[in-house]
Amino acid sequence: MNRIQQLFQQDKKLVSVYFTAGYPKLDDTIPILEALQESGVDLVEIGLPYSDPLADGPTIQASATQALKNGMTTELLFQQLELIREKIHIPLILMGYFNPILQFGVEKFCKRCEAIGIDGIILPDLPLEVYLNDFKELFEQYDLFNILLITPSTSTERIRMIDQHTKGFLYMVSSASTTGKQAAFGSSQREYFTRIDAMKLKHPKLVGFGIYDKNSFQAATEFANGAIVGSAYIKFLTENPIGETSSFVSKLR
Amino acid sequence: MKYQVDDNGYYGAYGGAFIPEMLYPNVERLRKEYRNIIEDDGFRKEFQELLKEYVGRPTPLYFAKRLSEKYNTKIYLKREDLCHTGAHKINNTIGQILLAKRLGKKRIIAETGAGQHGVATATVCALMGIDCFVYMGEVDMERQAPNVARMKMLGAEVIPASSGSKTLKDATNEAIRDWINNPEDTHYIIGSVVGPHPYPDMVTQFQKVISEEMQQQLKEKEGIEDPNYIIACVGGGSNAAGAFYQYLENEAVTLVAVEAAGKGIDSGESAATSVLGSPGVIHGSKTLLMQTEDGQITEPYSISAGLDYPGVGPLHAHLRDSNRAKFLSATDAEAMEAGLQLCKLEGIIPAIETSHALAALDQMSFQHEDIIVINLSGRGDKDLDTYIHYFNL
Ligand SMILES: Cc1ncc(COP(=O)(O)O)c(C=O)c1O
Repeated sequence: MNRIQQLFQQDKKLVSVYFTAGYPKLDDTIPILEALQESGVDLVEIGLPYSDPLADGPTIQASATQALKNGMTTELLFQQLELIREKIHIPLILMGYFNPILQFGVEKFCKRCEAIGIDGIILPDLPLEVYLNDFKELFEQYDLFNILLITPSTSTERIRMIDQHTKGFLYMVSSASTTGKQAAFGSSQREYFTRIDAMKLKHPKLVGFGIYDKNSFQAATEFANGAIVGSAYIKFLTENPIGETSSFVSKLR
Repeated sequence: MKYQVDDNGYYGAYGGAFIPEMLYPNVERLRKEYRNIIEDDGFRKEFQELLKEYVGRPTPLYFAKRLSEKYNTKIYLKREDLCHTGAHKINNTIGQILLAKRLGKKRIIAETGAGQHGVATATVCALMGIDCFVYMGEVDMERQAPNVARMKMLGAEVIPASSGSKTLKDATNEAIRDWINNPEDTHYIIGSVVGPHPYPDMVTQFQKVISEEMQQQLKEKEGIEDPNYIIACVGGGSNAAGAFYQYLENEAVTLVAVEAAGKGIDSGESAATSVLGSPGVIHGSKTLLMQTEDGQITEPYSISAGLDYPGVGPLHAHLRDSNRAKFLSATDAEAMEAGLQLCKLEGIIPAIETSHALAALDQMSFQHEDIIVINLSGRGDKDLDTYIHYFNL
């Protein structure tokens, strides 16, 4: 069983944290992963930095720019992660954009993920249709869970289809937004959360985009299995040493 | 029909819609509805009337006598520079604003490089009384300052793009992010034949009027519809797509696409995507783009803001791979000299983008009786500062 499936057998609100590999420093990947695991984070998304991250707001953009300046590449990240499973047992997901993976070679990429013990992947600009036609078999062959996104404007019919094809969980984008905008979690979000909840989907749900503190975490997870924090942690890392990660994480749940 | 978009939005191996799920409803709606909307009789009538009465079409196909003498052949200039606002870009923005109205959209966003597309978008928004927001790289705001002022006068808000190279690529990223944040009321008017399907085809459909007129005008002037060569500059590729369109399947006509070589193809400061690029995904489309081995999009360079883009549209990627079009490039220096030559020989100050197409004349050889059409995509008013500095005028 994939680590992601195991995780969702627990009955608690899960905390997932995103960080950009190579930020703030090129070699921070392992220390950050250790700090997150020690702080009780349930799931980590490791961001592959990209020059043109269309779905990201200024915070994650800036971290990606810095990470690339520091010299981060797909190959280098795989090298850093080579022995990661000796230390880290929580599920690990790579999150990035499609072009760097296309250039790396999709099959080669899947192979490296399997060898290292990467459990899943989130590629916001790889559309469902292209995934189904060209890459689904490949990802499944290497037990790499492709986690798909739904948004407040995704139609009911399409949500059902995405629920059919996502693996592990559904990534619920909290509002019509790029990353990093502090979400309001007002009545329209509540309507969206309850509407999705009422659909009784096959997969568990994690809510992401705009979660930054206890209140937003609680609001996001009332009807979901957990939430994903990204920009807020990048901001924290900009201002604080990695060693203080637990003080950030403990304020979420 | 080898060069038409297929049902999945591809030209050969290129195209498609590589967009985040957040954009899916808007792009999918466009995909489903654009053909019906733009082929509707009422739409076509309104579009054609505005092109005639407001844009000033048809634009002349002008026989450039002195330029022809110099190259000992017959050169015609398709005068898109005489369009209202000074470039071909307005053909597309007229079409898209009419489409946006039919989609019930209340807010328009656009990206711009040279500012020509921004001005053309601000213009049609003023015409229709719709709010307009234009993203423009900080570097471009400086080198195309007159166009920034024009957009403001037309009531648009110009938003500086300060990420990356601060040019057209980054302005496009910002526009796409805006659309993600405002999916309900906003239509994104892309300025070239780039972006996710159906944009490349939709923009081509609005620009094809250039080659439709060309056919008719050549018939009147020369008694034949086909020139031997059509030459156009390529940034994203919209003026070239419009100038080539009616001739795509007619292999007797040689299509020449001219890219910006910047300081030289191998200088590290260039925008010649057909030479320096490789297949990948940029701005929602699988096409040729300039990138590192690691798949990071690289920063292009050209003296011309409108050609300073690290990709080309998927149609052009297909035209290159299939050898249907001949791809050339002109350096900053070659383009500037060719632009100045047109001023001296024909009394026409071209946009620096267009000057790249003119520079191709020196790289080709012609028969005396050949007919060449150069798409004069825009006028040089916006570029006076650059011309002044370059030639110490
Ligand atoms: C006058 C002119 N020509 C050409 C271009 C390049 O665009 P495209 O390749 O889409 O025609 C621009 C872009 O701003 C322009 O202003």
